[in-house]
Amino acid sequence: MKTKIFPIFLIFTFSIIFFVFYKGLQNTNIYTPEIKSEIKIPNFDTKEFFSKDKINSDQIFIGSDYYLLNIWASWCVPCKEEHKYLMDLSEKDNIKIIGQNYKDNFDNAKNFLINLDNPYDLIFLDNDGTIAIEWGAYGVPETFLIQNNKIIKKIIGPLDEKLLFEIKELTQ
Amino acid sequence: MNILKFLISGIFLIYCFSSDLKAKNLEIEITKNLRCLICQGQSVYDSDSEFANSLKILVEKKLNEGLDEKQIYVYLKDKYGDWILYDPGFSKNTYFLWLLPILMFIFGGAIILRKVILKKKKL
Repeated sequence: MKTKIFPIFLIFTFSIIFFVFYKGLQNTNIYTPEIKSEIKIPNFDTKEFFSKDKINSDQIFIGSDYYLLNIWASWCVPCKEEHKYLMDLSEKDNIKIIGQNYKDNFDNAKNFLINLDNPYDLIFLDNDGTIAIEWGAYGVPETFLIQNNKIIKKIIGPLDEKLLFEIKELTQ
Repeated sequence: MNILKFLISGIFLIYCFSSDLKAKNLEIEITKNLRCLICQGQSVYDSDSEFANSLKILVEKKLNEGLDEKQIYVYLKDKYGDWILYDPGFSKNTYFLWLLPILMFIFGGAIILRKVILKKKKL
């Protein structure tokens, strides 16, 4: 009896271990936790990009309009890639694009907008990156779709055709 | 009188310095228990990435606002999930994680106990 149970137990254990690790091979090693849908947006004080006037997040996200918050920086290469999609979205009337200038140099950021055009309805500053953390962001670029002061979609990394289409669908 | 002044200012300085040091130590302790999410296998304290540097500033800010260690963990857990903590709390997602060593210990103990009893019986 003893001789039978032990090998079976051993095989069983190892097959479980094998299965778990084998499954793990297929996972990406970059872990992004699932976001609870409909997170409330954070409240923060910041400064407007051009005028440097003090502004609170309550004054930025008002009412039930759609807002697209885009965290960007002039030094961020993927931000350049996604810029054309933001330009595309800026032509839509029912969605306001808000830029969050992340740890950037003002002149560089301004040149970035002059060279590539400005899709943003409003830009605010995030010089030490703490506002990005309030949003639960990892870095640049990152985009949040907001309605009624709630995040309805979070996009980590640059926008692409597929995501552009998805955003357009969501804001129909 | 001068000596007294000197002594008092000296004590004051030491007091300021030590309380500052205490706050700094707590900040270090907290950032050591936070996982840098964009760099694999490093704590926020060890990392020099943009994300980690911002997080360090934020922890300092929150401490100045009067939040304690636990509140900061809860705050960050809300934003980034359990994964940001190196020492995750006991929740329905971490039952298995916390109970597995205990289960293994009990199971192993049971096997040993059985062996010992069997041996005794043979004797």
